[in-house]
Amino acid sequence: MAEIQGGGDDKKKKGGKVRSKKSSTRIDMTPMVDLAFLLLTFFVMTTTLNKPQTMEITMPEKPKPDDPEPPKVNERDVLTIVLGENDKVYWYTGITDPKIEVTNFSATGIRKVLQQKKNEVPKLVVLIKPSDKSKYKNMVDILDEMNISVIQRYAMVDITPTDEELIKDSQL
Amino acid sequence: MAKGTPTIDMTPMVDLAFLLVTFFMLTATAIPDEPVAVDTPSSISEIKIPENNVLTITIGKDSRVFFNVDGQYTRAALLKSMGDLYGVQFTPEETHAFAVISSVGVPMGGLKQFLNLKPEQRKAVEQPGIPVDSAHNELADWVLQARLANRQLRIAIKGDRDAEYPVVKKVINTMIDRKVNRFNLITGMEQGAAAPKEK
Repeated sequence: MAEIQGGGDDKKKKGGKVRSKKSSTRIDMTPMVDLAFLLLTFFVMTTTLNKPQTMEITMPEKPKPDDPEPPKVNERDVLTIVLGENDKVYWYTGITDPKIEVTNFSATGIRKVLQQKKNEVPKLVVLIKPSDKSKYKNMVDILDEMNISVIQRYAMVDITPTDEELIKDSQL
Repeated sequence: MAKGTPTIDMTPMVDLAFLLVTFFMLTATAIPDEPVAVDTPSSISEIKIPENNVLTITIGKDSRVFFNVDGQYTRAALLKSMGDLYGVQFTPEETHAFAVISSVGVPMGGLKQFLNLKPEQRKAVEQPGIPVDSAHNELADWVLQARLANRQLRIAIKGDRDAEYPVVKKVINTMIDRKVNRFNLITGMEQGAAAPKEK
């Protein structure tokens, strides 16, 4: 295919005979196509199509000394979730004499609890307390669960020694 | 032409192939080499991270904290103001070196030395991470100066899924102390986003 016949000085050769032998200008494009597709494949593969997702969170401002007293919340409306080690989730309702239970991040775990509580308690407030042994993934997962279950009011708070005590005593 | 050798005119195919090659070449952005591999957790969130004006704080698996901001001019201005703050003078070469690299995880004390290394040497250095302790919090200064250098910055935290929570808390508290209450957590795509997930 790749015949580029010597052009240019055709006329010198045999005068009128030039016409009969038409020089083919066809070039074998196969190697070029190979290269083009190689590059194409490379760029398609290396292009990152999915940009990373992000989760927007807004943290409350630090309370100032002269701020008005925050509104009181009925303790029956409070669901506390403590993120423990090894992806464990402890949860209890109320503040005085709570009954602590343990669950996990599966669809039948904390999500069920949240949805049940949401139906029972209209003004549900969820307190998320990640313990020092929890991982970043746990925090993202629980925030995700809040979005899945459409919990309107939740807050991330520091774990208290009382909570740590509770978890230790519960032996869960 | 000899009979029996079917030839196809490949010109349109080649045109198309090169068109696509050109398109992908122009749109491709080189993935910047990060000093630490981060495996982000997944979430159902579908908000995309903006392309420009992002300040990324990376938290590695081993609790090291890295700082990154995009835009060469922002970075150059940032380095200068950080240098003024910590009493370090940076040469134009060092400023240029800082402007073109990505995440840094070096305390201010060692930054000058780090920037004087050759790029391939820099890759080999184990960066200790930016101090975020409440007594010695350089990250807070980085964030503050970066926001002064570019006021449209959005702050994103890119944490490894196995990063310890206390470090994450320190970073978040640093932000809140600087009155940065809105930030993004970079997450990956959830497998089967709408359906209940299995884990």
